[in-house]
Amino acid sequence: MVTRVAKATVDAKTEAALVAEIRVAVPEHSLWHNVRAVNIVWRRELIRFRTDRLRAISSLIQPFLFLFVLGTGLSTLARRGMPPGVDFKTFIYPGVLAMSVLFTAVFSAGSIVWDREFGFLREMLVAPVSRASLVVGKCLGGTTIATFQGLVFLALAGFAHVPYDPALLATLVGELLLLSFTLTAFGLMMAARIKQFQSFMALTQMLVMPLFFLSGALYPLNGLPAWLSVLTRIDPLTYIVGPMRHAVFDHLTMPSAYVQRLAPGITWGSWVVPVGVSLGIVAVMGLVMGVVAIGEFRKTE
Amino acid sequence: MRTRAGTASGKAGPGATADKASGGMGPDQSDGQAAISVRGLTKRYGDVAAVRGIDFEVSRGETFGFLGPNGAGKTTTIKILCTLAGATTGTAKVAGHDTGTDQDEVRRNIGLVFQDTTLDNYLTAEQNLRFHAALYAVPKAAVAPRMRQVLDMVGLWERRDNLVSTFSGGMQRRLEIARGLLHAPRVLFLDEPTVGLDPQTRSSIWSYINELKGREDITIFLTTHYMDEAENCDRIAIIDHGRIVAIDTPEALKASVGKDRVQIHTVDDPAAITSLAARFGVEAAVHDGAVTFSVAAGEEFVPRLFSELGVAISSVSVSRPSLDDVFMSYTGSTIRDAEASSIDVMRQRAAHWRGGRR
Repeated sequence: MVTRVAKATVDAKTEAALVAEIRVAVPEHSLWHNVRAVNIVWRRELIRFRTDRLRAISSLIQPFLFLFVLGTGLSTLARRGMPPGVDFKTFIYPGVLAMSVLFTAVFSAGSIVWDREFGFLREMLVAPVSRASLVVGKCLGGTTIATFQGLVFLALAGFAHVPYDPALLATLVGELLLLSFTLTAFGLMMAARIKQFQSFMALTQMLVMPLFFLSGALYPLNGLPAWLSVLTRIDPLTYIVGPMRHAVFDHLTMPSAYVQRLAPGITWGSWVVPVGVSLGIVAVMGLVMGVVAIGEFRKTE
Repeated sequence: MRTRAGTASGKAGPGATADKASGGMGPDQSDGQAAISVRGLTKRYGDVAAVRGIDFEVSRGETFGFLGPNGAGKTTTIKILCTLAGATTGTAKVAGHDTGTDQDEVRRNIGLVFQDTTLDNYLTAEQNLRFHAALYAVPKAAVAPRMRQVLDMVGLWERRDNLVSTFSGGMQRRLEIARGLLHAPRVLFLDEPTVGLDPQTRSSIWSYINELKGREDITIFLTTHYMDEAENCDRIAIIDHGRIVAIDTPEALKASVGKDRVQIHTVDDPAAITSLAARFGVEAAVHDGAVTFSVAAGEEFVPRLFSELGVAISSVSVSRPSLDDVFMSYTGSTIRDAEASSIDVMRQRAAHWRGGRR
């Protein structure tokens, strides 16, 4: 790493030159500087994730339980409702896949609250970089980590009889990225205001579970009572779980009547929301929440 | 460097700068070259005035100390200078840039060591420094050699790959100082750099700071409520209740208090006291088993004492007025008393709040 300094003690001349060199570069207002800041904030998140294996493992336990324990346990009961030859695990797989990134993404944003409590946030806020680059870096960090968690769970697709089709996998990875981004942005928006890590955990937990249960991850969206039907349409997660299930069922060989029944798509009244619009809604929400988060951090102190 | 030399000579001869005590700064320090320039600065939090109109200048290369009890306005002032808080009225310029309107430029030119640690404990020392280098746009080619330079200076080069969480409090503080210097700032702010550290670590931190003054073209602005640390500064501003009550070199401040304290042990104390009164017109008394009196320029007085007192002296000690005496003479209380009373105020407020809620 140290290639330029051969000796432990740098002679005065070199030192002066070094200081001068650094000085000359001090008024660097470039976009490049902010890109560098985004990059380092992002990399810090990755380093911290890498050194925290427990977090990685523990956040995979929950989707694991949902798919293999709940999925297997309920499949005997669900067999009546399911078309013949379709496993209940296959049905809930897309929803549980979404769940595998849910907590990681939202809680990764909590590191900002953590940083605030332990002072490191001040080191970042006082630096001559835009607040936006700090938020973008954090957002990329959370997105990467959460998507990585999703990939681990995606590797288990075979156990739910979901084929390892390259086109399907590519679609799902793309959707996981989008979902992780939006959830991290949501977490950052929350984290900007909350000063204590424990409050952050409590509040997000309180919000995340309803989001998951209302997203149609564990049941089809048709034939629901009106109140639940309305709530599922309000839940932003619905608009990513829907397309993910659509992608999975598109790559299964089964009569289209079955697909209609299990993955009917999201409807507003009689209008079926196209996949593109659905994903667009999620992307726009992510961007809006990201911008709100940046605005909040500009206000800080 | 010119002003630096001026300050140094001022330190050598207290009398030369004694006239600064009233004005606070020399005539040669214009806005253009001052590292820090503060005019009529005030800061209010609601109806509490934390800073009530202060003016001072710090010239390039100077080590300038803010001395005062907790709650005197030291940290508020440093926050304004570092762009972490806005001033209510008045202006502050750091390295020629206004802290209110030109925040990014100010931030590029300053290094900061906060009172509380702001390191990431889950990263290594090197990772912390690399993070800092990227945020402060240190040219990539300069990062590695510069990192070595600052880590060598604080004696942590060997520990660069260790997690910060394994560092002791003193090592963390040293790492923070190294980090504050990494981007070669023009002005380094140290907010209570040694608070909460053991005496040995405190003195080692100070030896780094003093070494730093020799090695880098840097202005240091620090706050402290330790009298002995303020001695290391070229100039000190004594701040109390949001106002600067005195500003000068430590020597000049102590000289302004005037007299040194002399204690002598003699074979016949009553005779010595009588003789002191008769021959020198000095009023003496026995304190702590020694004949004690105050005179101006005690060191010059001692030779005369030996030749003219007429009573055999077995030992003599001369002590200069301490900054404690200085603080006392300007504010009417010792720094400890001032802190105790501010704690009392807080307690009263807390009691008031509790009472109010019931």
